[in-house]
Amino acid sequence: MTTDHRLTAEKLTVGYGERVVIESLDLLVPPGRITAIVGANACGKSTLLRAMSRLLAPRTGHVLLDGREVHRMPAKELARTLGLLPQSPIAPEGITVADLVGRGRHPHQRILSRWSSDDDRAVAAALDATHTVDLADRSVDELSGGQRQRVWIAMALAQQTELLLLDEPTTFLDVSHQVEVLDLLTDLNTDRGTTIVMVLHDLNMAARYADHLIALAGGGLHAAGAPAEVLTEDCVRAVFGLDSQVIPDPISGKPLMLPIGRHHVRSAVR
Amino acid sequence: MSTTTLEAVTRGRVRRSRRRQAVLTAFCVAAATMVVVSLMAGRTFYPPGDVLRVVLGETVPGASFAVGELRLPRTVLALLTGVCFGMGGVTFQTMMRNPLASPDIIGISSAASAAAAFAIIVLGLGEAGVSVFAIVAALGVAVVIYVLSFKDGVAGTRLVLIGIGIAAMLHSATSYILNQAGQWDLQAATRWLNGSLNGSTWDESVPVLIALVVFGPVLLGQARGLTMLQLGDDTAAALGTRLELTRLVSIVSAVGLIAFATSATGPIAFVAFLAGPIAARLVGPGGSLLVPSGLVGALLVLVADFLGQFAFGTRFPVGVITGVLGAPYLIYLLVRSNRAGGSL
Repeated sequence: MTTDHRLTAEKLTVGYGERVVIESLDLLVPPGRITAIVGANACGKSTLLRAMSRLLAPRTGHVLLDGREVHRMPAKELARTLGLLPQSPIAPEGITVADLVGRGRHPHQRILSRWSSDDDRAVAAALDATHTVDLADRSVDELSGGQRQRVWIAMALAQQTELLLLDEPTTFLDVSHQVEVLDLLTDLNTDRGTTIVMVLHDLNMAARYADHLIALAGGGLHAAGAPAEVLTEDCVRAVFGLDSQVIPDPISGKPLMLPIGRHHVRSAVR
Repeated sequence: MSTTTLEAVTRGRVRRSRRRQAVLTAFCVAAATMVVVSLMAGRTFYPPGDVLRVVLGETVPGASFAVGELRLPRTVLALLTGVCFGMGGVTFQTMMRNPLASPDIIGISSAASAAAAFAIIVLGLGEAGVSVFAIVAALGVAVVIYVLSFKDGVAGTRLVLIGIGIAAMLHSATSYILNQAGQWDLQAATRWLNGSLNGSTWDESVPVLIALVVFGPVLLGQARGLTMLQLGDDTAAALGTRLELTRLVSIVSAVGLIAFATSATGPIAFVAFLAGPIAARLVGPGGSLLVPSGLVGALLVLVADFLGQFAFGTRFPVGVITGVLGAPYLIYLLVRSNRAGGSL
């Protein structure tokens, strides 16, 4: 699969009601790479993701996919190119994993068309990629948090989009499941060339797994680029208002941020 | 992708769809059986041969009147309204992701009923006028409930609570209309407050049939969109569902079905409310519940009406029987929804 879809934002302003959350933001999502959006709580990370996937209409400015206005594209056509996994999707009571993953085929189906063998193949591939084949006949209700998150990602995979947006895919997961989900997304990116954009809370995970880091602050873009350029002590101070020390991660060689709070800090560091 | 996975996926899907087909067939057989039984049994029993001849238009002494004029219109109306209530009810429940958001709980049936009672008793309108009155009132109340419960999107619980309040107001309005008109007879009262099939004629079935033919297919066209809405608005939209369009078309058609059915029989208690959850338990999760719920609705009305007529010493209107069946489930849901947000 070749991925050269260009997703960009130009002078994008979005908000809810009276409140403007993001103002005049310019942004380019590098095609075929993994991008992580980081920033303080309520800085508009999720809002940005929703605006990029037409869930939220821009006040002013544009979100463009290959030069076309995302909010003017037919819903299903967009959904065949760009997928989004929201932060807290709802599983209908009692639904089986296979059925839920099958819902991801919606944009590929017409009103009266029947389920096709392509649909079966896409679901099977999604289950394989997320290692959820053994869960296929189980009810989603009875799964653990980590399993459930893999199933939701499988649903997004069955959608077969070349761009995948994920809103905090690792929240509420323990560290081993976080690593599992991020490894899975990296596999997707390397094996299929899927462009991935995800909102992440954990700066260090973001720096380790993303090729491109976008730091938001004060309703705008603070910095964007490779993690080594973006994740600096100055940046952490500006975005989170936190003192820190950034060292090379001995495991990955990417930057690793160590926060400096008021306690438990050796005097040599002060 | 491995071939074993593909086989497992295909097998699982075929198995689930077979189960669904089997349950739907069973529903159809049960409904057909109930229709036949309702036509044969009564104060006088007529054998299937007599019933068939009456249905085919022959004159059979005794049976022509009892079956042709009394039982057949009543059974057909029971079938039609049951389908309307079942489909309309499950549409709201699916859309709001809440079994309590059924039109007979949140005041939409009450609106149709109050309007129909007003149109018939106070204004003296005919069938067509009554149906129009009922659908306008039901749509109006649907809009009012929607607007009142709107605050950063419509929250299920708020909508249900506001709806229950509005239903109570409309219920007393119906009582007032019946009272003021000086026509507080048992027949009219049970019909507009609980729903009844007593005294059904063909005249009442015609608007309901038309509503089913018009709104039924439109609603079925939204079946897939409705199942997508169950995933939450954001997920549904991200998968290419047009939220507002799906909601608008579904609400208008569901209200149409409910209003026309209600203007014929009154709000047969809890049929809209019960059909969806019963259908969901029996056909299993995953697919659309519109058709199964329609069939379950028809079965509920047919069985309840039959029980009401013949199971007890006195005759009870259908709405009393369905009311007795539905109330325990309502209590169960209210208790449960206090602990967790309910869904279908």
